[in-house]
Formats: sequence, C-alpha cells, structure tokens
Amino acid sequence: MKFFRPLCRWLFVTFVAYPICLVVLGMNVRHRVRLPLKGPAIVTPNHNSHLDTLAMLTLFPLSVIPKVRPVAAADYFMKTGLMGWFSLNFVGIIPIVRKRENPDDDPLAPCYEALERGEILIIFPEGTRGEPERMQQLKSGVAVLASKYPEVPVVPIFMHGLGKSMPKGAFVPVPFFVDVYIGQALTWGEDSQGGDKKVFMVAIESTLRVLSEKHERPEYE
Amino acid sequence: MDAHEGAVAHGARVVSSTIKSVPEVIPQPHFPEAVGYAFLGAYALLILATLITFVMSRVRPQRNYDELRLRIKTWWIIVTLVTLALGFNTYFSIICVAFVSFLAFKEYLSMIPTRRADHRVLFWAYMAIPAQYVLVGVHWYGVFIIFIPVYWFLLMPMRMVLIGETKGFLRAVGTLQFGLMTCVFSLSHAAYLLVLPPEGNPNGGGVALLFYLVFLTQLNDVSQYVWGKMFGRHKVTPTVSPNKTIEGLLGGVATTTFLAFVLAPWLTPLNHLQALAIGLLIGFGGFIGDVTISAIKRDMGIKDTGSFLPGHGGILDRLDSLTFTAPMFFHVVYFLYY
Repeated sequence: MKFFRPLCRWLFVTFVAYPICLVVLGMNVRHRVRLPLKGPAIVTPNHNSHLDTLAMLTLFPLSVIPKVRPVAAADYFMKTGLMGWFSLNFVGIIPIVRKRENPDDDPLAPCYEALERGEILIIFPEGTRGEPERMQQLKSGVAVLASKYPEVPVVPIFMHGLGKSMPKGAFVPVPFFVDVYIGQALTWGEDSQGGDKKVFMVAIESTLRVLSEKHERPEYE
Repeated sequence: MDAHEGAVAHGARVVSSTIKSVPEVIPQPHFPEAVGYAFLGAYALLILATLITFVMSRVRPQRNYDELRLRIKTWWIIVTLVTLALGFNTYFSIICVAFVSFLAFKEYLSMIPTRRADHRVLFWAYMAIPAQYVLVGVHWYGVFIIFIPVYWFLLMPMRMVLIGETKGFLRAVGTLQFGLMTCVFSLSHAAYLLVLPPEGNPNGGGVALLFYLVFLTQLNDVSQYVWGKMFGRHKVTPTVSPNKTIEGLLGGVATTTFLAFVLAPWLTPLNHLQALAIGLLIGFGGFIGDVTISAIKRDMGIKDTGSFLPGHGGILDRLDSLTFTAPMFFHVVYFLYY
C-alpha cells in the first residue's frame, strides 16, 4: 500500500496531465530554474481553471511528484466519495475544510503536517477560479503558513491561457498555448517587514502582477 | 529474384544491395530513392551551416553567435523530425502534417484576441483539422477543396449566432476563418501532394513533390535572410517588416529559382521552363506569406508568434511562407500534371 498513492499519482500525471498540458495545450515556461524541487516549499499560482492544477503538476519532474500536493477545498473536491478518493490518491490533494465547526480547529493543520514532511504545497491564493484571466483579491492563508515556517520559500507563479482553455463552467478544454512565468522565491523572514501578514500578501500580489505585466497577451472578454 | 526485379522496375536507379529485404509488392515506394538523396543534401547543408558558424565564432570571437547557433540547432531537430514524419508511410505523414496544422492554428488563436463567448465555436473550429486531413487521407479532392472555404465558412458564423454574442462578432468570425484558411486549408495542400496518383510524378511521386516544396520554401526564407544581411540596403516593406530589403528579396528569389531549376529533374515532372516559373512562384509567394504573418504580428504588437522553436520564434514564424507557397505550388502542379 505504501506505493499505491505514488503509483496513482505518476499514472495521473503521465496519462492525464502530460497529454492535456503538453500535447493538447502546450506550455511555455519562463525561469524554470526558480521552481523549488525540494520541500518544504510553497508555490502560489494564480487560479483560472481546473486545468491549473494539471499544469502545475507538469512543471515538476516525476521523481518529485509524490511530494507535490495541491491544497484544495474539501467542500468542493470531497463532496462525493468517488471524487474524494480520486482527488486524494490520483491528484494528491490536501483537503482543507474552509468552514470550521469548532472555533479551536485550525483549517490549515494538514498543511503544517505536509510542510513538516518536507512536501511542496500548491496553494492558489485567490481561493477560487473566478472570472477567467482576471486576478482577484488574495486570501491570507499563505501568510499564515509562512509566518509559522519563516524559512520556507514561497514562489509566486503567473499562468496565462488556462482560463481561456477551460473557464469556469466549461467542460471541454479548447487548445491554447499556456504561458507560465515563475517568480523569485519570497520568505517570511525577508518579505514581511518584521511579521506583517498584509505586507507579505502584498509582496506575493505584486510579484504576480510584475510577472503578468511582462506578458503580452491578446484581449479576451 | 522477383522482389529484385519488381523494385527495379518501379524505382529507377535503385542500388541492388539495398532492396534485398524489400517485400514483393510495392506499388510505389513511399520514400523513394531520390528523396533519400534529397534528404542527404539537406543534412549536408546543415553540416555546412554548423561548420560555418563554428569557424565564424573562432575567427570573430567578439561577435555573438548564440542566436545563430540556437537557430541551427533547432533546424537540426526540424529536419530530423521531418525525416521521421516522411519515412514511414503516407498515413503517418498525413497525421504529422495534421499535427503541424494543429500547432499552427493553436498558436494563431493564442496570439489573436478571442471572445469568451466563443469557447464552443473554437472547439468546432479545431474539429475542422481532423476532418480536413481525413479528406486528404481518403483523397476526396472534391470535398477537400471546399470543406473549409465553404462548409466551415458557413458553419462558424452559424454556431456563433446561436450563442448570440454580437459584440465583436465580425472580428471574431473573420479572424477565425483567416486562421483556418492559412493554418489548416493552406497547409493541408502540402499533405495532399502525398496522395496524388504516383504516375503523375515518375521522379519520386508525391513525397518528392512535398520535399521539393518545403525545401525550396524554407531555403528561400534562409537565403533571403542571408542575402539581406550581406547586401541589404533598400527596405522593401518599411512599415511591415523593416528588416526585409530589395537586395535580400531578389537574391533569395534568384537562389530559390536556381535551385528549383536544378532539383526539378530529380524530384518533379516539371520541364525547364516550368521549373523556373515554379522557382519564381515559391520565391515571391514565400516572401508574401512571410510579410503577411509579419503584418499580423505588428498588428498584435508582438515580435514572435510564439516560442515553440528556440531561435526561430513560434511555429508560425517558420510556416508563414509555406501557408502561401503550399496552395500555389499544389495548384500549378495539379493543373499541369494531374
């Protein structure tokens, strides 16, 4: 059983993520060297489409894949048994319960454990996909994690094209080339100005904005 | 013994030692000997280019040859992939051209403005690609030649109207059809050369015609660039592509026409006069295709159509000339010999 989950994840990445992202879509990745290949680390891409998670998984080499964990909303992905089983074993999500039942519960507890195990977390700081190709207000969960683990690098990633391929509400992806810009790593120690969560989130947001402004993109409405 | 004689009867100039393992019945070898030599020529050119770059970087170390080296490295990969694409059988070759069309169309849609409302329309636009190349595969010329210009041309606006978004309608339907015409319809003519009846070209059949077309088109690009770099002074299209010069254009067309003339007896059924005309057609047609894609890039405010081919830019930066030369070459040859 120890090998079951890694095997499922390799199968998923090889036979679902690679064909969709590398053949049907096609990815242009800028600054690939900035991607953290060893945990603990957090990557924070913008979020436009269900395909975002697949695209993120294709960035990492297969040897690292079992350690790469997308953080996802339990109320969406764990709704049904089958989807939950698939999300956990094949996509490898860490389910987060967004509405806490007990005020003492910490919804981020599973993320702490994962970082302790040296895993690489994928957290979409916008929280939800929203309007395709429009950035939304970032949620501060990443700052909470970073403040607990001040040494862990937080790498913002800007992606363009996936929202056009499969916006919220669409079920068939339409091929578009995807541009991925990997930002420089931030750390709580250096980028929070002495421990301010708001400052840290602004740092992530401005990194994403700078990356997005580098990119010439055609109009999409 | 039978195998020996059969093969010799079909492919002229076959070296007997190479055909011992060839099965008995081959109506027309897919990869004729002439094309094999032609590919060797292409590889020889690549080796020459690699050597020249190497020597130049030694002679003038102060200048930066990284871009040129990257470009030639990508050429090596392209020529190898084209060899593999043409080396197996006709259907595999058609699938490869279809995939190139897909990449080109995807790149086109990724660089132009699109509307969110057209998600499903774009899906149907993509469906034209497998359909068009199936028509090539079954060589149904009558439908092949009208499928995108007539049927898809009518279907796209219909699907768009059913969605009902009128803002930007004309631009959306116009740009979509232009993309299908250049990336799918035009390029599929290159694939259709492969299914033309073999007796039309005794010198290697369709695959030799395809090689002739693609080789001359690409060489035309390269030689226009080289002539322009060496002697270019007078801009030919100052507002569209300021790097293009009259000297580059004429030098390139002359080189292409010369090669078209020299290669024609080995790879095509064309006579001398026809070969000269085809050389001029590919030379000037390739130039127009090139600057047309340049005009689109300028309109969009981008430098390259993508970053698929390191050193070259996007795949459309490489195929721009072919989108014009493929249908032009095809129809002249089709009119004359089929």
